[in-house]
Amino acid sequence: MRMPCTLLVLTFTFLSASAYAAGPSAILLAGTCATCHGVDGRNTGSIPTIATMDATNLRDALLAFKKDERKGTIMNRIAKGYTDKEIEAVSRYLGSRK
Amino acid sequence: MKFTRRHFTGFAGTLLAAPALIAGRGASAAGARVIVIGGGFGGATAARYLKSLDKALEVTLVEPASTFVTCPFSNLVLGGLKQMEEISHSYDGLEKIGVKVVRAAAESINTDRKWVNLPNGELLKYDRLVVSPGIDFRWGEIEGSTFEAAEHVPHAWKAGTQTVLLRKQLTEMKDGGVFLISPPGNPFRCPPGPGERISMIASYFKTHKPKSKIIVLDPKGAFSKESLFAPAWEELYPGMIDYRKTEAGRVVRVDAENLTLHTEFDEVKGDVVNFIPPQFAGEIARKSGLADDSGWCPVNQQTFASTLAKDVFVIGDASIATPMPKSGFSANNQGKVAAAAIVSGLQGREISDPKLANTCYSMIAPNHAVSVSAVYSFDKGKLHAVEGAGGLTPADASAEDRRLEASYADGWYRSITTEMFG
Repeated sequence: MRMPCTLLVLTFTFLSASAYAAGPSAILLAGTCATCHGVDGRNTGSIPTIATMDATNLRDALLAFKKDERKGTIMNRIAKGYTDKEIEAVSRYLGSRK
Repeated sequence: MKFTRRHFTGFAGTLLAAPALIAGRGASAAGARVIVIGGGFGGATAARYLKSLDKALEVTLVEPASTFVTCPFSNLVLGGLKQMEEISHSYDGLEKIGVKVVRAAAESINTDRKWVNLPNGELLKYDRLVVSPGIDFRWGEIEGSTFEAAEHVPHAWKAGTQTVLLRKQLTEMKDGGVFLISPPGNPFRCPPGPGERISMIASYFKTHKPKSKIIVLDPKGAFSKESLFAPAWEELYPGMIDYRKTEAGRVVRVDAENLTLHTEFDEVKGDVVNFIPPQFAGEIARKSGLADDSGWCPVNQQTFASTLAKDVFVIGDASIATPMPKSGFSANNQGKVAAAAIVSGLQGREISDPKLANTCYSMIAPNHAVSVSAVYSFDKGKLHAVEGAGGLTPADASAEDRRLEASYADGWYRSITTEMFG
């Protein structure tokens, strides 16, 4: 039986590039987000929820932190550690979790 | 291949499996046995991610304690801001997702025959092994620093009964007493931990025992987050903290009976003494041939696979993950990297490069915290801190930003412990 799972097929479509490329996978990148923002993107404390953000919002926010166009506390320092491509990949991955 | 049994609970599992599924390769490592030794920040995270990346894996956690007490926030217990119950966690959540928890201390590992010996004589066979034993103390390396002496002069650098003991000593200390603390030389668990501990105890003294003093004997010439701690101490706890460094701070003898620490030039007496001994990798790693002469465990930093034993992965404080610090956050991230590498390897897929991060919050006072962070990429065979990223809370960060960081520290604790323990 092939899995009739649209999510799986969809996610594969845009993960296929990164899954075989040498760079870090979107899953691992997202694992780092989870440490503070929660496994489901919801923190039970005051850390902003990312679960409700779509891929575009996430990418724009991360890029704005990276370029210091948006002021955060640690996110400016963290976002600077990622290439635009990595930001794009992790945003698409997290944005697909609905 | 049966897919019906593959009911992934996490998105990660679905996604990781996807390429292999479609490529028609053996997607699941069904029945493969992975043992995780040590249920702390590294091991608990690895166990959870192994299970969520491939539900068909047999994941066994070998951990003697039924309750895990976190070192993060244990300084807040010392300062009276948290209770022990708030930093204690059970393994029930891991059992619920199908991790088998064996309540025992692994006695030895046979890395040739791939099994773990338990004290009752039982052998647990593994296909892959994760070793996350944390630290042990180098008892006796400094004269008088023994396991027994720590009953009088607690280290409280493994949270639990030692934390309770130090807190009790602090609450029973008279106003006007001296709290004497000595952090170790590098490398050691939680580099900014001593600064936070000093801060939390200073905060407690300020409110409850304002005539008391803190003397620090530190063999190092500089300490983590010093540029943030030092000015904050001057502002919040003026005249309370006497910080002695290098030769003046190098303890050569611990006299637990007389609550005295000896340096080469001086002897310093405290009313409460907190001597934090030098450290190395947890015993099980050292006696199983996973550590080198430094006492720590060398690993391939792409996967955290041991360079000394096949199919064994060492994560957390015990591993040589330089430039990553020995922190709970680091161990957590390393647990995810090792889990992904193990699952990819078992499923016959390519292992991607890791990208890790670390953030350590330190409380300086209630509602006042600072942080240090870094992002690590893998290049030319090892991890490097990404230049231009990370760093400390800016020295001129506003009180509001510092209040926010304290709140985020609390949020971080909630997320990471939920991730580990459910």
